Amino acid sequence: MLKNRIIPCLDVKDGRVVKGINFVELKDAGDPVEQAKIYSDGGADEICFLDITASNENRETIIDIVRKTAKECFVPLTVGGGIRTIQNITDLLLAGADKVSINTAAVKNVDFVKEASKKFGSQCIVVAIDAKKVSDNKWEVFTHGGRNKTGIDAIKLAKQVEENGAGEILLTSMDKDGTKSGYDIDLLKEITNSTNIPVIASGGVGTLDHLYDGIVKGGASAVLAASIFHYGKYKIKDAKEYLNSKNVSVRL
Amino acid sequence: MNVTIVDYQSGNISSVINSFTEVAKGKVNLEVTSDINKIKSCDKIVLPGQGSFKSCVDSLNQIKGLVDTLKEFAIINKKPLLGICVGLQMFADIGYEEAETKGLGWISGKVSKIDNQKGKFKLPHIGWNEIEIQKESKIFKDIKNKSHMYFVHSYEFIPEDKSVISAITNYSSKIVCSVERDNLFGTQFHPEKSDKIGLKVIDNFLKL
Repeated sequence: MLKNRIIPCLDVKDGRVVKGINFVELKDAGDPVEQAKIYSDGGADEICFLDITASNENRETIIDIVRKTAKECFVPLTVGGGIRTIQNITDLLLAGADKVSINTAAVKNVDFVKEASKKFGSQCIVVAIDAKKVSDNKWEVFTHGGRNKTGIDAIKLAKQVEENGAGEILLTSMDKDGTKSGYDIDLLKEITNSTNIPVIASGGVGTLDHLYDGIVKGGASAVLAASIFHYGKYKIKDAKEYLNSKNVSVRL
Repeated sequence: MNVTIVDYQSGNISSVINSFTEVAKGKVNLEVTSDINKIKSCDKIVLPGQGSFKSCVDSLNQIKGLVDTLKEFAIINKKPLLGICVGLQMFADIGYEEAETKGLGWISGKVSKIDNQKGKFKLPHIGWNEIEIQKESKIFKDIKNKSHMYFVHSYEFIPEDKSVISAITNYSSKIVCSVERDNLFGTQFHPEKSDKIGLKVIDNFLKL
């Protein structure tokens, strides 16, 4: 049967990991290539880089990181942050990324997702939706790393990007992100129930139980987390063994 | 030994190149090309494929003489060829993604959308799934039954002759995940993205 995926996410700024993993075997806590390798060797099902610099001048930096990582990690590699054009996607894929995660550009111009999935195939187009709760069972989409309100309903956007050929949705709750209090399960449930493509849960993981909730209660196909894997609090293996002990199927 | 990865503008083949380069290091000459003469004279071919069945077939047909060269190599001369993902699917007579499209017709059968039981199962089938080995296969040498491989696809190959199936995987139904006939090999999963176990599949192919 298909396994639930665990995806560690590395936030990269100006070529360095912002919140690093603090493992003893790590020579340089800020080197994204080295950290990706540790996650991959530790059993990560995919690796995600989020480039939070994402200014045009710095695109070469992330491309270089992707190029080096792809030569050492043989699991799928997703890269997000600042993707605005078809050329941006081409550059990342040529460097060795397997998927790209599109956020602001997917909201600004719904045809961009259509164009990208037609050109590269749905399998490599992930749409990242950042949502904030506005009332009961209603969530609004934000862009530009959560700075800009859009007035767009998150559920509506999810359905629309599915129709336009997105292969997956990376769903982040802005209310939960950074709180370590767990995913927004209501939001996750709404989106997983109203779409038919895999949803990756993101934002709020503080314990291994939260990963369980995301999959079992929220219906996510994959769970993404950053900080619990940083500083060596948990290893990927711990997360997998925990989920397995609770009868959630994972790749061991 | 010379191994050619066929570059026919079938989408993103960087990962295929990276993984084969890693395994081939110092042992095998690897070339990424669409040059017919180079393809003709090599020892083994890797045929990747991403995007839709139709777009891949169209791209193959756009390179003059390529389809005939591949057929002569793999079917007439029976030299080793490995198709990956849509590269495997194209072995079929016909595919139904985007529009009804004629395939290479090397293994009788069709490629149709995975029956996801009216939405009960999400599509694409993305992630790690176990392979259930159906027959002894040269590319699964030293690979344990129920090993995990990485999949990403919405369409499946349904061959008429079930004896070509070397492994299946269980999703909404039993899905063909690899085929083998003589020296013709195909995997629906991505060995190049399947961690160390995937690299082992590649190694087995290179060692044939």
